[in-house]
Amino acid sequence: MRWETWSDFWFMGGYGLYVWGSMGMTALLLLLEIWQARIAHMNALALARTEHLSEKT
Amino acid sequence: MNAFFSLVARDLRLAYRRKAEVLSALFFFVVVAALFPLAIGPEAAMLRQIGPGVLWVGALLASILSLPRLFENDWRDGLLEHLMLSALPFGLLVLGKICAHWLVSGLPLVALAPVLGLQFDLPPDVLGMLSLSLLLGTPVLSCIGAVGAALTLGVRGGGVLIALLVLPLFVPVLVFGAGAVQAMQSGLGAQAHVSILLAMLLPAVFFSPWACSAALRIALE
Amino acid sequence: MTVRWFYYAAPQTFYGLAGRLWPWLAAIALALTMAGLWVGFGLAPTDAQQGEGYRIIFVHVPASWMSMVIYLSMAFWSVLGLTFNTRLSGMMTRALAPTGAMFAFLSLWTGALWGKPMWGAWWVWDARLTSELILFFLYLGYMALSSAIDDVRRADRAGALIAIVGAINVPIIYFSVKWWNTLHQGASVSLTRSASMAQLMLWGMLLMALAMWAYTLAIVCYRVRTLIIEREGHTDWVQALPEVAGVKA
Repeated sequence: MRWETWSDFWFMGGYGLYVWGSMGMTALLLLLEIWQARIAHMNALALARTEHLSEKT
Repeated sequence: MNAFFSLVARDLRLAYRRKAEVLSALFFFVVVAALFPLAIGPEAAMLRQIGPGVLWVGALLASILSLPRLFENDWRDGLLEHLMLSALPFGLLVLGKICAHWLVSGLPLVALAPVLGLQFDLPPDVLGMLSLSLLLGTPVLSCIGAVGAALTLGVRGGGVLIALLVLPLFVPVLVFGAGAVQAMQSGLGAQAHVSILLAMLLPAVFFSPWACSAALRIALE
Repeated sequence: MTVRWFYYAAPQTFYGLAGRLWPWLAAIALALTMAGLWVGFGLAPTDAQQGEGYRIIFVHVPASWMSMVIYLSMAFWSVLGLTFNTRLSGMMTRALAPTGAMFAFLSLWTGALWGKPMWGAWWVWDARLTSELILFFLYLGYMALSSAIDDVRRADRAGALIAIVGAINVPIIYFSVKWWNTLHQGASVSLTRSASMAQLMLWGMLLMALAMWAYTLAIVCYRVRTLIIEREGHTDWVQALPEVAGVKA
């Protein structure tokens, strides 16, 4: 392992802000994208279901 | 070929009747060119440095202003559909419309730019290169812009949408056009820039009518 | 072989295929990400010049690659769609765009965060960063156009055309930006690494790139399924799907 302690890891040789700013934004955007895709899918299914129900009645 | 010229003549006549639209784009160019010294300051040395870039960007934006009009009126009249369904080569007719558009919107910019260049204290040979670069560059802008206009026919938010679509594609023309003027300014010689502008002009004129026809067919179906 | 391709070109069959694929792709993406991060942060050495700050490349470079690969894929599906008039091609292009735009933005963001400690400025007009910015604009243009047109078929085909026109222009734009960059800067400021990069650094980048590729495939499969439901929701086969019909009323 490269890092002696956890605080060394977060400090990242002084570049902590930049490295974790990058990794953090990456993680954030990926999670947002996945979440948005899921919501869009749920909405599409809900819309299709209303058509289904209206056809049944 | 006859159809080509009669279409160009017709578009020129129509533009003449609607002078206000054409002239307002030109006045936009004049106003934008005046805004930069007002915003940045009137020192001659700095104006000479930013002049080519400012005038090129102004010409670019003024060109974009006139694009929504390119196909709009003929589309509303039904003439566009009529031309598309006729036996005449549609690509040639589209080229005719693009030519008329350039004559009305691009060529005046070429003529006006040296006059505005005087406001930026640019010497005569630089003004000459400014005109030449715009002469080669504005037709490319008309060609590329026409594709954007065709794709956004009748779409809401048309003008701004065209700008968003088309401005990234204009970047090469801007880089080499403004670059040519700056090269002239610094005494390095602009042959390379001019050759590249020509190299962009010929394919643009060749491929744009084809891409526009495809785009118009998509829009009209 | 031709028959197989067109078999999956129908939304109905692709829906099933994508449904089976995406969980696996997501799992692969997760595994590759962990492997890449392990190599990049756990194993790769400290850089002589850039210290620990260089580790941003483990997301910056893969994100840049993906933003370009995705745009090319969009152009590929667009050509396919305009040639064969398949509905699925338009959906693939639409599904790819947001992810591509996101990677382009990430490339710019991480590029800025890399540039600040290295070159002292949040933004440098480096040829690659500037080209990436224009690529980002091209993505935005595509997304604006396809969402502005109400008719789905026309939106797909207009988007396809602008994607193709954009793709053809990308090399021209890159060339002109490179020219512009070398003219206006004495020493070329470059964010690219020199050829002599440590093996482990390369491995880390490669693993992360593959991870992002797997992630993209997974999310695109998922998104296309959503688009299929949205567009084909009224058809019998969609109505018969367990997730649509199987609601306990």
